[in-house]
Amino acid sequence: MTEADAPLRPPLLTLAGVARTYGNGTVALAGVDATIRQGDFVSLVGPSGCGKSTLLRIVAGLIGPSAGDVHWHTTDGSRPADIGFVFQDATLMPWASVLDNVFLPLKLRGIARDKARPQLMEALERVGLADFANAYPRELSGGMKMRVSLARALVTQPPVLLMDEPFAALDEFTREKLDDDLLALWRSQRWTVIFVTHSIYESVYLSERVLVMGARPGRILGEVAIGAPHPRGPAFRRSHDYVDHCAAVSAALREGVAP
Amino acid sequence: MNGEDKGLPRAMRVVVPVLVGIVFLGMWEAFVRLGNVPPFVLPAPSLIWTSLVLNFDSLMGSLWVTLRVTLAAFLLAIVGGIGLAILFSQSRRIEMALFPYAVVLQVTPVVAIAPLVLIWVGYDRVELAVLILAWMVAFFPILSNTTLGLRSADHNLRDLFRLYGASRWQVLAELQLPSAMPYILAGMKISGGLALIGAVVAEFVAGSGTGTGLAWRIVEAGYRLDIPRMFAALFLLSGLGIAIFFSLSWVEHLLLRRWHESAVRREF
Repeated sequence: MTEADAPLRPPLLTLAGVARTYGNGTVALAGVDATIRQGDFVSLVGPSGCGKSTLLRIVAGLIGPSAGDVHWHTTDGSRPADIGFVFQDATLMPWASVLDNVFLPLKLRGIARDKARPQLMEALERVGLADFANAYPRELSGGMKMRVSLARALVTQPPVLLMDEPFAALDEFTREKLDDDLLALWRSQRWTVIFVTHSIYESVYLSERVLVMGARPGRILGEVAIGAPHPRGPAFRRSHDYVDHCAAVSAALREGVAP
Repeated sequence: MNGEDKGLPRAMRVVVPVLVGIVFLGMWEAFVRLGNVPPFVLPAPSLIWTSLVLNFDSLMGSLWVTLRVTLAAFLLAIVGGIGLAILFSQSRRIEMALFPYAVVLQVTPVVAIAPLVLIWVGYDRVELAVLILAWMVAFFPILSNTTLGLRSADHNLRDLFRLYGASRWQVLAELQLPSAMPYILAGMKISGGLALIGAVVAEFVAGSGTGTGLAWRIVEAGYRLDIPRMFAALFLLSGLGIAIFFSLSWVEHLLLRRWHESAVRREF
């Protein structure tokens, strides 16, 4: 789980020259190359407009690249059918209970609710919301809604979890708590996480690797490996190691900003 | 529900309007009696009540005819409006091709087409003509509201459905229709009232036929200068309109109270 054994893990996803140009000529992404390995926790960090969300949507297959290749190292080279996606907003269905919101991915697959129930409760327990199965989204706080969103993304036990600034709209206490919970879940489940954020601190705290992105056009400026051991906790946030990594990410970001 | 209403007890919401009504009727009665207003100009509420009691059977029969046509037109408007909106949501091309004609149906005054519809349907089937005309008036708000509602589903949720490989039908049933529900209900509240208005206007134009609705009772009372009876029919019509509106508000409350901002009672 440290930096040393990372190269030993097989690659999961290779991006080769992935570019995206919008209809009005805006270049959102200009030639991104990257490799994501199985079990990686990779953050994409950068200023707004650097195309990090666009890149995530391309990886998810929600939009196609204008050029370049997204190659999954699966048996057929396509995206795994099971993939979790967490948006910046919780993106819950307001008319459905917490349980039904988490049930959605399974329901769309034609699984009966009664049959899925143990799985749903387990997903809710994992995010600490088992007591709120019958509540409606409007009865929950922002942090709790985000947990429901996380439970929904995890209920199919996907090998890959894509997160698009998931905790950016939350207050700092809630965010740190959710960061810790996410890390704990990741350590126990070992899915691959691609985490988009504009917070340097969050990216360093969570990731194994931080891909630093720059804007106009969107591209990868550099990569910072975070070798810190797990579990990471408040002590890590105060360590020299943490501060050094933040400085490194910050320096890489500055390179991308034109003087 | 405004901020200043917060402290108002529930009972007051009923009591206050009722009191206003009683005071209004009292002033009306006093005005007619003290001013010696002749009943063919303005009948006193007591006289209207007497007329209502005297003509109870014929008025109730007419109320039933009007209610029947209104409800039938309304139900068909719901089926047609939602059905067409779903069709529109499935294909932009169909929407592009048909929507202008739906608008034509809406903007053409019902009074203007009534004679034509009547000729087509036949004078022996006036109730059917009235039904068609009421439907034409009631149908559009449901169509346009549902069309808007089906389109306003959260984009991220749409992406999520795509990500999980949802079929068109699943997106419609699980995402678009529930998202559209507040819009559909708002459209229904407008349409319910319009169906009644359509039924009344159509009957004015189309005439009595076999079944005689409240509109024709009003025309009839007018011919005979039986103004108290005219008022009695008018009151029944208003009552019917109010009943339709509040039933629909109640349905709306039942369906939305758990989740939609418009129906949620805030406790703080």
